[in-house]
Amino acid sequence: MSKVVAATGNEAVANALRQVDPDVCAAYPITPQTELMQRFASFVSDGQVKTETILVESEHSAMSACVGAAAAGGRVVTATSSQGLALMWEILFIASGLRLPIVMPVVNRALSAPINIHGDHSDAMGARDSGWIQLWSENAQEAYDNTIQAFRIAEHMDTRLPVMICLDGFIISHSIERIEYLDDDEVKNFVGEYRQLNPLLNIEHPVSYGPLILTDYYMEYRKAHDEVMTKVPGIVLDVAKDFEKISGRKYSLFDAYRLEDAEVALVILNSAAGTSKDVVDEFRNRGVKAGLLKPRLYRPFPYKEIGEALKHLKAVCVLDRADAFGGSYGPVFIDIAASLYSYKEKPILINKIYGLGGRDYFPEHAALVLNELIEIVKTGEVKTFKEYIGVRQ
Amino acid sequence: MKLKGWRELTPGAVILEAGNAVEFKTGSWRAFKPIWKQENCIQCLFCWLFCPDMAVKVKDGKRADFDYEYCKGCGICALECPGKKGKKAIVMVEEGN
Repeated sequence: MSKVVAATGNEAVANALRQVDPDVCAAYPITPQTELMQRFASFVSDGQVKTETILVESEHSAMSACVGAAAAGGRVVTATSSQGLALMWEILFIASGLRLPIVMPVVNRALSAPINIHGDHSDAMGARDSGWIQLWSENAQEAYDNTIQAFRIAEHMDTRLPVMICLDGFIISHSIERIEYLDDDEVKNFVGEYRQLNPLLNIEHPVSYGPLILTDYYMEYRKAHDEVMTKVPGIVLDVAKDFEKISGRKYSLFDAYRLEDAEVALVILNSAAGTSKDVVDEFRNRGVKAGLLKPRLYRPFPYKEIGEALKHLKAVCVLDRADAFGGSYGPVFIDIAASLYSYKEKPILINKIYGLGGRDYFPEHAALVLNELIEIVKTGEVKTFKEYIGVRQ
Repeated sequence: MKLKGWRELTPGAVILEAGNAVEFKTGSWRAFKPIWKQENCIQCLFCWLFCPDMAVKVKDGKRADFDYEYCKGCGICALECPGKKGKKAIVMVEEGN
């Protein structure tokens, strides 16, 4: 039996963590993640979870403590945003390299300078190649559902990889939405008992973590990591199937919205996908074959599946809520372009940068882009391949 | 020793056999080599105590020679050695000389 509540994204994710009741949580507060951890800390002090919380002096220490606790053999969580994720950067690679299944909600926020507390994706995009799995969430319900599924994905014995669950700062973390909570027992059964792999605290079988691996083996470990990432999409789909049985909610590697017979489409992550779907509906009502693709599993990126889903289109706009400085395109655009590279027939691709530092993304923006795609299909001409939208000249 | 392929590795480079550092011979790192001069040795075993690589051997409670398969030549033993009447029982000499 599920329970329908009105809650913020942060509240929903904190509730998911309460239902999972992890062994250890080491965290440091940062806007807009603060409310999430504050709520979870209340569960700890109220005795609703048995979690050992470690209050640390920085995110670098938070992730370091998580690495230690996970290597010791515990089910470990933390959460962060923006500068906090940036400060963790060094340890992110250690967590994934040691194959520790840490679960971390990332409440997406812009990076400084200039300092800004609002939602954009530059924080998580900076960590996209750190060897972690990334699940992205359109709304509070998806953030809650992804958090619960993340434990099963992270702890799968064939992979053992850390997972970030990305949700938009303020837009999702602080807005109140209708959410369906699963029963505590259902969540406990779904995630199951934590299974250890080579725990440090097993004194019967002493093991060493973090040895020096030089020229003779480093490349083999990297190849093994690359290979283990290829197993992730299958696991994500299996876990989604099991999750559907208890929740009735369907999840996949990405959300293909009215895409099958579409001619033009938007590719967009997280909360702005919701706004865009409404506009896609409006265009459909006017007889325009519009569609949308919203990646969910962003790392590892399901290149093949996404390429297959987009290859029949005539024109596609990839909207990025982060830029990849260096004169290139936004990060999602680069991945989408790579996913279509091998096809002879493929859509014309353009890239828009939107919503940086929490700048509002309105339905008019989606309409503007869809109209531009229609024009591109009509004329076959592209005026600009990459452009900032919603920016003053 | 035949090197393993990437499919044969433990996840996360975790070492499952306790004490397997013994397989990692570090003697080739050495630039300076400690030489034990038995005539100046007072059997204090400071060298054995301070050696970070267990490269000072002890036999029947007495100082034995260095284990050069592991000695990295750090020189701690030579520094700590009190010697006899101002004469060191461990001196460092450059390798290859």
